[in-house]
Amino acid sequence: MSGKNINLTLKVWRQKGPKDQGAFAEYQAKNVSEDASFLEMLDAVNEELVAKGDMPIAFDHDCREGICGTCGFVIDGEAHGPMKSTTVCQLHMRNFNDGAVLTIEPFRAKAFPMIQDLMVDRSALDRVISSGGFISTNTGNAVDANAILVPKADADEAMSSATCIGCGACVAACKNASAALFTSAKISHMALLPQGQVERKERAMRMVGAMDAEGFGACTTTGACEAACPKEIQLTNISRMNREFFVANVTKREKHKDGGAG
Amino acid sequence: MANKLDSKIPSGNIESKWTNHKFSSKLVNPANKRKHSIIVVGTGLAGASAAASLGELGYKVKAFCVHESPRRAHSVAAQGGINAAKNYQNDGDSVYRLFYDTVKGGDFRAREANVHRLAEVSTNIIDQMVAQGVPFAREYGGTLSNRSFGGAQVSRTFYARGQTGQQLLLGAYSEMMRQVDAKTVDLYNRREMLDVVVIDGKARGIIVRNLLTGEIESHEADAVVIASGGYSNVFFLSTNAMNCAVTAAWKAHKRGAYFANPCYTQIHPTCIPVHGDNQSKLTLMSESLRNDGRVWVPKAVGDKRHPNEIPENERDYYLERIYPSFGNLAPRDVSSRQAKYRCDEGRGVNEAGKAVYLDFADAIKRLGEDKISERYGNLFDMYDKITGQNPYKQPMMIYPAPHYTMGGLWVDYNLESTIPGLFVAGEANFSDHGANRLGASALMQGLADGYFVLPYTLGNYLGGTKLEKVATTHEAFKAAAHGVKEEITKMMNIKGARTVDSFHKELGNVMWEYCGMGRNEAGLKKALQEIPKIKEEFWNNVRIPGDANYLNVELEKAGRVADFIELGELMCRDALERNESCGGHYREEYQVDGEAKRDDENFCHVAAWEYTGDNKLSVRHQEELTFENVHLATRSYK
Repeated sequence: MSGKNINLTLKVWRQKGPKDQGAFAEYQAKNVSEDASFLEMLDAVNEELVAKGDMPIAFDHDCREGICGTCGFVIDGEAHGPMKSTTVCQLHMRNFNDGAVLTIEPFRAKAFPMIQDLMVDRSALDRVISSGGFISTNTGNAVDANAILVPKADADEAMSSATCIGCGACVAACKNASAALFTSAKISHMALLPQGQVERKERAMRMVGAMDAEGFGACTTTGACEAACPKEIQLTNISRMNREFFVANVTKREKHKDGGAG
Repeated sequence: MANKLDSKIPSGNIESKWTNHKFSSKLVNPANKRKHSIIVVGTGLAGASAAASLGELGYKVKAFCVHESPRRAHSVAAQGGINAAKNYQNDGDSVYRLFYDTVKGGDFRAREANVHRLAEVSTNIIDQMVAQGVPFAREYGGTLSNRSFGGAQVSRTFYARGQTGQQLLLGAYSEMMRQVDAKTVDLYNRREMLDVVVIDGKARGIIVRNLLTGEIESHEADAVVIASGGYSNVFFLSTNAMNCAVTAAWKAHKRGAYFANPCYTQIHPTCIPVHGDNQSKLTLMSESLRNDGRVWVPKAVGDKRHPNEIPENERDYYLERIYPSFGNLAPRDVSSRQAKYRCDEGRGVNEAGKAVYLDFADAIKRLGEDKISERYGNLFDMYDKITGQNPYKQPMMIYPAPHYTMGGLWVDYNLESTIPGLFVAGEANFSDHGANRLGASALMQGLADGYFVLPYTLGNYLGGTKLEKVATTHEAFKAAAHGVKEEITKMMNIKGARTVDSFHKELGNVMWEYCGMGRNEAGLKKALQEIPKIKEEFWNNVRIPGDANYLNVELEKAGRVADFIELGELMCRDALERNESCGGHYREEYQVDGEAKRDDENFCHVAAWEYTGDNKLSVRHQEELTFENVHLATRSYK
């Protein structure tokens, strides 16, 4: 806790709606506490805008604890800003210099349609999950939890993949706007666990297909996604996804359509 | 007027109530299930698990959330863990002990039958979540790990690093998304529920605002489930996410659902202290930290030395001193109050004097930095990011903050509110936690309600109730939609001078000051004078820029703040009427040496408030509580 204040100039992308023309507008953020988060700094700017009768800058945010994945935009060309493994809600103003000029713009990708200002629609990621990012188990009849043994190393690795918060920074950071890191994290999480084995191939096929259908670009392994990821999801997930997809593709079987006797 | 508060607790002994009730519940045959539609409002743990399970059963489910994606629900932020009476550690746990701890932890203000059911299904929850692929922490042999949590002397808490809530939510969410794929669940994101439609006395649908287009939509169903979470944001500064609101529950309250025990709010002992005026929210440090962290303040008043320079014999490990059998794991209400006392004595340790230390030096010495990092690494990183201090090198500073709300819409044993066909699940209802919530029990209740209770009790309702077909063209839908539009127009037309947040902050200050960690008669009466003034000014002087026909964040916030103002008033009235201290409700007049003094003779009941109209006083109803298994006794953790 430093107790110091700084002044900033913000160049913020303003766009009323998906069909409107967007442009940068300049604002002064004065007397910003170094202990405030980036979003708290924007709150203060917005309070001033509203007091003047202007529309506040729209941005998505919710938990402000770095875990829900709702917040996210680009600061000076970097998704979630300059700090490594930090969401924008956990980015504190002590990391910026007094007098700095910051450019703030939304995550840009064809699969993330513009909503307003810094908000974009990331529901494509939900559709990738609904295409196979689950284990099909109905409620109420699961076996005792300890009947499924999972080696600690596998559980830990699955957990590391599962920490993806689906914020979309990987897509915004990628020159191809690829969702490979997001999709591969979920495929890895489930492929590493015994519970995920039965649907493993089907899952890889469907999720990769859904990702492409949503208009995300291909992965060319530049690693920009890993560098921008606030949860340090690793590129090895993408290698695993590619392997899962390849194996699934070459060993797929036709579905049987036989009805049962009865 | 007939008393609507029939708890419908099944007969029989406590162990067989739920089993018997399930058997005697009516069934809906599979071919008929698809003819029934159910609306679920909120897609956190309770809502997503309910939507997933009901979809699987074959009902037509419509799920609504204010978020852009259900995966953003605030359940995601719960860190520490989820309880289950598995007794995997062979340390003396059982369903009965979890039941006993929860009833006692709730300071004897919860319904025994509900709590026992919660303890019973807790074991199924873990099985279910593991089957869904939740990567819980494991031992080297591949079995599940456990740790202990506040208010318990056994290790029954299952966890996934410091992100248990996230992993459980992603589990429930992915099961719901599976049903979306199977077309049994229709998902409506960025929708806010603004009214319940009641036809022939039964809940038959909802009115929502599409947050992107501003459009007011009507949706009909045979039953409605509200799983919209808690209302701690009434305090403005709380650990809740920014979009957490009471709106859905409050609108249902205004349509006839009683609101129970609104004054029961939980102040969590381990938050990062407030840093300044522009702060928007408070961040919780998981309670699990109290497993290894030791809480202390300097013995001397005004000792401003760096914590590492204060020698051992000049520190007061006050929780260990006062509560030797629970020590740093004393329950949340008890720990929070003790922190407040130490700060009130002038021994608080940050500049504002509103913090105590949570120290890991001993644990690091005993276990090594690696082990501590493995257990709590992400929490330590988070603390470092927020405060700029390294908790491996010096103690964390913590202070209590509003966290969970035990009050909520009144429900019977079936989780049905006083409006037939309106069910309430998870934090949005009042049941199970009494006047205080123990650690790792919120996730448990959300999933219990969604996965294991509603699928039976909703089926029983649908199977046993005659439901006429209704359409959104019905007069009741038109009237409700009209009312919603009118209120929005009224708000937009105020065009006053003050921002929405300024009202929210003003309300929050009043609530924290007079209805926070400690309450007294004079303060509550003062709050009841202040809040109507805030309300009056809000409706005359709030400024909402833009228009209502597209995305308008200020309008969304304004609607929520308007509801918080009304709820705040009810909370203060409830707190004023309850002349006793219990759990998170600490009336300063009722105490023995700083410990809560309950009054079982006069207040062993649930207070359920009936809304009677705008600017009219709500009516207080009582549901008497009986304790046949866990005998009423003074709660002691010494």
